[in-house]
Amino acid sequence: MNYHQRILKLNVNGHPKEILARDADTLLDVLRDGLGLTGSKRGCDLGTCGCCTVQVDGAPILSCLTLACEMEDKDIRTVEDLAQSNQLAPLQRCWSEAGASQCGFCSPGFLMTADALLREHPNPNREEIKKALAGNLCRCTGYVKILDAVEACAKQTQEQAV
Amino acid sequence: MSKFQSSVGTRIPLVDGPEKVTGSGVYIEDMKFPGMLYARMVRATLSHGNVQAVDFSAAEKMDGYIGGLAPGEPGTGNRFGVLPISEDETALPAPRSLYSGAIVAAVACENERQARAAALAVKVKYEDLPPILRPKDALKKTDDPLHDRTVGGTNIHKSVEQEFGDVDPAFAKAAKVVETECTFDGINHGFTEPIGCIAVPEPNGRLSVYSATQVPHYLHRALAKVLEVPMHRIRVYKPLVGGGFGGKSDPFPHEMVAALLARKTGRPIKIIFDRDEVFLNNHGRHPTQYKLKMAADAEGNFLALDSDSLIDGGAWGSFGVVTTYYNGVLAQGPYRMPAIRYRGRRVYTNKPACGAMRGHGAVNARFNLECAVDEIAESLDMDPFDIRAQNALPPNTTTRNHLRITSTGFLECLEKTRLASRWDEKFRKLPKGRGIGLGCGFYISGSALPIHRTRTPQSTVHVKIDMDGGVTIHSMAADIGQGSDTMLAQCVSEAMGVQMDRCRVFAKDTDTAPLDLGSYSSRVTFMAGNAALRAGEAILAKLKRACGQLTGHPTSEFIRGPKETYVLRSDSSVSVSYMDALTEALADNGALVAKGIYRAPKLGGSFKGSGAGLSPSYSCQAFVAEVEVDEETGFIQVEKVWAAHDCGMALNRTTVEGQIEGSVHMGLGQALSEQMLFTSGGQLQNPSLLDYKILSTVDTPEIEAILVESNDPEGPLGAKECGEGALAPVIPAVANAVYDAVGIRLTEVPMTPERVLKALEKQKKEMALASS
Repeated sequence: MNYHQRILKLNVNGHPKEILARDADTLLDVLRDGLGLTGSKRGCDLGTCGCCTVQVDGAPILSCLTLACEMEDKDIRTVEDLAQSNQLAPLQRCWSEAGASQCGFCSPGFLMTADALLREHPNPNREEIKKALAGNLCRCTGYVKILDAVEACAKQTQEQAV
Repeated sequence: MSKFQSSVGTRIPLVDGPEKVTGSGVYIEDMKFPGMLYARMVRATLSHGNVQAVDFSAAEKMDGYIGGLAPGEPGTGNRFGVLPISEDETALPAPRSLYSGAIVAAVACENERQARAAALAVKVKYEDLPPILRPKDALKKTDDPLHDRTVGGTNIHKSVEQEFGDVDPAFAKAAKVVETECTFDGINHGFTEPIGCIAVPEPNGRLSVYSATQVPHYLHRALAKVLEVPMHRIRVYKPLVGGGFGGKSDPFPHEMVAALLARKTGRPIKIIFDRDEVFLNNHGRHPTQYKLKMAADAEGNFLALDSDSLIDGGAWGSFGVVTTYYNGVLAQGPYRMPAIRYRGRRVYTNKPACGAMRGHGAVNARFNLECAVDEIAESLDMDPFDIRAQNALPPNTTTRNHLRITSTGFLECLEKTRLASRWDEKFRKLPKGRGIGLGCGFYISGSALPIHRTRTPQSTVHVKIDMDGGVTIHSMAADIGQGSDTMLAQCVSEAMGVQMDRCRVFAKDTDTAPLDLGSYSSRVTFMAGNAALRAGEAILAKLKRACGQLTGHPTSEFIRGPKETYVLRSDSSVSVSYMDALTEALADNGALVAKGIYRAPKLGGSFKGSGAGLSPSYSCQAFVAEVEVDEETGFIQVEKVWAAHDCGMALNRTTVEGQIEGSVHMGLGQALSEQMLFTSGGQLQNPSLLDYKILSTVDTPEIEAILVESNDPEGPLGAKECGEGALAPVIPAVANAVYDAVGIRLTEVPMTPERVLKALEKQKKEMALASS
């Protein structure tokens, strides 16, 4: 089987990347296998679990359902970009402290969805958080600590802004 | 104020929390090795058949093809299984393929895409055999059972009959007898990380197997058996594991396939399952038909329990012998039950195998029991809380079937949920369509009897400290996200009187870690935690000796002081810092090493099957669910769950709550929407997370975890299990709430809208009949 391949120019976590990819490669394939950014997880490869969620131009998307070749000229952001200079971002710190990660496999996807939510709505209520995160499955936590973490982060950010 | 000096009893993040939130944590799919090949499975297209030939000729011509593995090749027919009494799995069919989707062959290619294509090109020729799909057909005599060891010429895998006390006389004199008969669909663990492994042939001839497993030790044993090499020639390594819940607690055929292919090709072999393959691998909760008869006197005292389970085991044995026992053995606690009769039968069928899943064996039986208790309470005009409190097992007792009960916080669980849920204002008082229900539970803190007959401790923990002051902890307790690495660090830091951040846990590698049986049967905190405490105490003894040498005071007079010091019991001004004590202890001596072990005490009777259900301690629960039932659509909306769980002692309140909340969530999935559906020919219909319905954030109600601490006398710092027992009670709590809401007793789980509507229809007809 021969697939058409070409060099894609992608902007990932603020850095321009050039990567050889097939037209059929998903963004998740390219991030994980091509660029070694294995923080984004492959839980189902069918868009049903949300573990592969990354941000494209600030919006959360399922990278397993997104063709990499359509991502040129867009800003792609993965979980690896949340912490800066090895310092956890406030959302990551809240996440860890609340116990929102147990096995941790769904965490990168959840974090990218929640980060996008908080940028759009800095002070969401619990129902709004639930709705925003409804596309991400977690099998460990029952979501309680996840919702707690997002709430705690929003509250912290609000208090710092005052 | 905590009675502990360390983080014990407080809230702390997981020690591996930072790597999980940064994406830097390494799971099996994230690992690569030089020269690594990708293997894909060729899977059976029919439910039952003998594999006659596997034709790789088309695959061999394809790009990147390196090799294949077919039935009949060395090792592929060697038997293994998690229970040595029931080893009936093989890497590949030998030659019988037992279910649609079973692995029948494998191919290895340079990359994954090539391997997918090559696997599709492999042609398999079968001799078609009639499948056994319904449990009732598996009970029949046959000339050709699915496995060579079955009960009396049938497809029954395991049959259990137990009787304690005078059962028939108890029923004869009972004022109330209630009977229930319920059916339960099979369910899958649904962990987010697909199963996978990598087998790496080492240059020195050894084999390393990296696997997403809960049981590195059992995998180690099975690999040695299948490969026919001594265990020391194999190393098992567990990376971060993305959830298990019992679904990664068997050695599996694909792990054997990877090892055999690695040996054959001389190259590392990686296998990562697609989501549908995870469902086909299954080993989840057994589809079950459960009948129960229960007797009580006129005052509501329980007199006897008579139950019968028929369990659909699927293709292989897995943990099924244990499941068969647990369905009866664990059904009666946390209540006094003077007489018990149980018959359990697990059958082989041509479907994906069932095995252990969170709350193993105790979940479906619990549903029947808790619904029956409510029926008895109603018939005697008693409150569901009152009848349960009246029948509660006291602490420090033995059940009629010889389970030793030490601590039990059951009454406190009942009191706390009753108050928190404002039960007395709501029960039988909410408007029609809204209801509240109670469900309770009882579960082991680790199986006291090891799977293999051996005198080796069930848990060993090593601690090493050197001049850097860090505390290195080695264990093979398998953290699968529940936080056992954090628990080990807490126990050692508490025992030694040092800060948590000195501790680093290495619980990954069978080459360096001492034996631990792994993460199953809710055993890790109890067993590995005790071993970690003993190891920490052994190091502490060495440090105290150094304190004695430095100060001239007797060693035995030193106790842990504040801020990493050791002080004289009688005079706290005599104080030695941890680092000073360590430096002294290292002099002429080198690094300090110590170990701690745990082995469960000898427990139980001497009858056949007496080992099943024995545990050094038991947890218990009392849960309340409040629901809204839509009589138009049949949809059950769970509004809130109050979940009181006796965990002995919450070593880390955050993780204990997390275990309870996660258990409730998973239990609600089984209660409401999760089911494995099969075609009449035995094909799994819904092997995807789109069609297999796990509750999302918007489907999950508010969950209030209530921690009850009965301070177990043998648990590590008083702790016992909190990871599994908290699943079962929520399902009957929902069913009892539905009865309170609309007056129907549901007998099929999950309680889907279709089933609710069917029961409402039946109720309507019965009411019409009664009034005509």
